[in-house]
Amino acid sequence: MNEIRIQSEPFDPNIEVDILRAGNPAIGGVVSFIGLMRDINEGETVSTMTLEHYPGMTEKSLQTIVDEANQRWDLLGSRVVHRVGEMKPTDPIVLVAVASTHRGEAFQACEFIIDFLKTRAPFWKKESTPEGSRWVDARHSDDEAEARWKL
Amino acid sequence: MIKVLFFASLREQLDEASLEMEAEGLADLGAVLMRLRERGGIWADVFAADQTVMMALNQEMTGTDTPVQDGDEVAFFPPVTGG
Repeated sequence: MNEIRIQSEPFDPNIEVDILRAGNPAIGGVVSFIGLMRDINEGETVSTMTLEHYPGMTEKSLQTIVDEANQRWDLLGSRVVHRVGEMKPTDPIVLVAVASTHRGEAFQACEFIIDFLKTRAPFWKKESTPEGSRWVDARHSDDEAEARWKL
Repeated sequence: MIKVLFFASLREQLDEASLEMEAEGLADLGAVLMRLRERGGIWADVFAADQTVMMALNQEMTGTDTPVQDGDEVAFFPPVTGG
């Protein structure tokens, strides 16, 4: 019901959402967020991106975030899928999908999970640009997004 | 012994993914960080007081005043940028 997956292979967000909602007539709504790789960042063209993670800790931290979401809201299931390794523009990087009886809880839980994933889950992006490769800097706006939830 | 891991830009700058450190005399994560800084050179730069370094103890994010003991897994890394 709550699935967390980290993988180097591409994934299809639609299939993930179909699996999440399949076979449970109590689900009244699914909210999903799909993070995509952009071909431009900080004004530079990005040809490929490589994502590094901390095996073990990344899975644990995502589990903690999903558990917290389940404590805050009445959910009927969730799926978090995150790519690692090399990817190209337009590839889905992350999917957060949450099912609930009504939309309100699903919207909030989905946003909560992606906000905390951004600031707490150990993933690091490295971009390849015409100027060479560079590690992506953390954004202050992500800390502000997390702070809204007041843990 | 304490196992110390480095990730992303820290791993590249230090040219080191992991090392082992004698636990004796290390009270907390701050002491581990100080010992790394004392290695000098690039280690002093990466772990300088004005650098933003995040840390985890046994795969949980935490801060410098967290106690460490023999057998622990410690990790240092830059602010995370997933999603």
